[in-house]
Amino acid sequence: MGRYVARRLLQLIPILLGITLLSFGMMYLAGGDAVTAMLENQGVAVTQELIDAKRHELGLDQPFVTQYLNWLGGLLRGDMGTSYVSGKDVFGTFVSKLPATMLLTFTSVVATVLVAVPLGIVAATRHNRFVDYVVRVLSFVGNSLPNFFVALLLILVFAITLRWLPVISSNIGKTGVAAISWSGLVLPTATLTIAMASKYTRQIRATVLDELGKPYVAGARARGVPERTILFGNVLRSVMIMLVTLLALSIGDLLGGTAIVETIFQWDGVGKLAVDSITMRDYPMIQAYVVWMAIIYVVVNLIADLLYHYLDPRVRLGGEEQ
Amino acid sequence: MTADASGSRPESQASVTVREQRVRRDHTGAKLAVLAVLAALVIVVAVFAPLLCPYDPYAQDLSAALQAPGPSHVAGTDRYGRDLLSRIVMGTRPSIFATLALVALVASIGTAIGVVCGWKSGRLDVVLMRTSDLFLAFPGLVFALAVAGVLGGGILNAVVALAAIGWPKYARIARGLTLAQKGEPYLAAARLAGCTTTQLVFSHILPNIAGPILVTAMLDIGTMMMELAGLSFLGLGVRPPAAEWGSMMSENRSLLQTAPWTIVAPGIAIFVTVMIFNLLGDTIRDRMDPARRGSVRRGVG
Repeated sequence: MGRYVARRLLQLIPILLGITLLSFGMMYLAGGDAVTAMLENQGVAVTQELIDAKRHELGLDQPFVTQYLNWLGGLLRGDMGTSYVSGKDVFGTFVSKLPATMLLTFTSVVATVLVAVPLGIVAATRHNRFVDYVVRVLSFVGNSLPNFFVALLLILVFAITLRWLPVISSNIGKTGVAAISWSGLVLPTATLTIAMASKYTRQIRATVLDELGKPYVAGARARGVPERTILFGNVLRSVMIMLVTLLALSIGDLLGGTAIVETIFQWDGVGKLAVDSITMRDYPMIQAYVVWMAIIYVVVNLIADLLYHYLDPRVRLGGEEQ
Repeated sequence: MTADASGSRPESQASVTVREQRVRRDHTGAKLAVLAVLAALVIVVAVFAPLLCPYDPYAQDLSAALQAPGPSHVAGTDRYGRDLLSRIVMGTRPSIFATLALVALVASIGTAIGVVCGWKSGRLDVVLMRTSDLFLAFPGLVFALAVAGVLGGGILNAVVALAAIGWPKYARIARGLTLAQKGEPYLAAARLAGCTTTQLVFSHILPNIAGPILVTAMLDIGTMMMELAGLSFLGLGVRPPAAEWGSMMSENRSLLQTAPWTIVAPGIAIFVTVMIFNLLGDTIRDRMDPARRGSVRRGVG
């Protein structure tokens, strides 16, 4: 296990270097454009001399490798420059918005597990009966609905028609987690949960069906082991192992998918920050978003892999993987 | 993009009799035919959209603004009095054409890279596969958002942005399939018969790996369509006043309370179209994969 962890950590290095290189390279290509955007945002009349001067000031006239290394150094020190729009520290702004997105991700993952696991198991055990069909149709419908449509429908029904919940999730005038109202958390969470639960219910159903068809289940049944014990004692355990992988993947979906949902619900997280920055062509901010989201995703996946390794005795006791 | 856990499929077919299987196959055949006709219909609507619009989708008529769905405007009108049904019909064009182009682009680039990797192996394989890992390291739409942000809006840039995150999946599938084919005796036979490498790849490898790749592409159409519409919704794809479902919904967001049909109508258009292509993809996959075919019949307990 120790050797495995060490090897996985070593493998992380080239991936992280690649991520930073790609994120930086993309903005580098936007180069001259970025300075123009910045000057335009400040309301300055743009001349070639001004652009050149600004490029020199920002170090944009240096060779690519120098610029990249400087930027990488800044990244490690938590210094990612200042926003072209607000003039504030980019990293500080990003970090201040992160908890709101983390909270939304967390509630959505919890809600997804609470919905998808029972539904998947019920559908599998009532295979090809009425409940199974209902669950399958629902998950199919959920898979074919774009999340912005779901969000708007939920607002239409629960905020506008029934007036149970607020449309806008954040308290105006505050930023970050302080701005979160608890009732405002419901609709964005529901939107993200509907999409994810639809996807995972199908997979959990398939996994449970798969397990129930295995010889050990037939053997247990033949020995008279109660169905309940088989289901909760054996089958559920293998579902849990799969769930770890699914959740790690879903966190990626969520981190990327929250951009639209955060924008609709005015949720003051990094997704909304990214969309706003893209609209304003605030390149350092976009850069921070891309690179940190990828780093978070890679680390989460690594943790999930290690957890999977630990949870699955076949992998753990089998020693080194191939 | 997330990899789906399609490896976990039910395998036991013990309780499926030959007859049951035959009945099932006929049933999926009919289903496939209906869905294929529906999908073809959507494409026909997209091709002939200008002829099918009851009104000019861009003509403003402020005296008819914000009319609820009724006899003269089946889906109602928006704030400029534009006929929503006409705009939805017109909106099939960017959705269908851009999505199909995107899927074709991603599938062919990915397959080309995957086949090269699987065929050549060695250093090139390592470099290209590590590159694909790198693109997979960016979660969901994050990278696409950034690419669209750098390139600026527009449907073409949105397609490029989604293509940037879409190709690794196909590269991996194609590489795996090519590696599996490489060991087959028929390839050695073909080589002995004097086939050149180009001939081997184009007339032997590609036809043999096309099936699973086409199925993956079919299953991707719905997702890609939703992602493109999502980018348009954020203002990073098709822009107003062009008629596109995602941007129509975004444009009319402030009317959710007063004129909900302006949002629900294009929303239903996306939903129905995505649903048709998703069902079609699922049905084709079930038919192509004999191991799946019987599995749905298995009783439990």
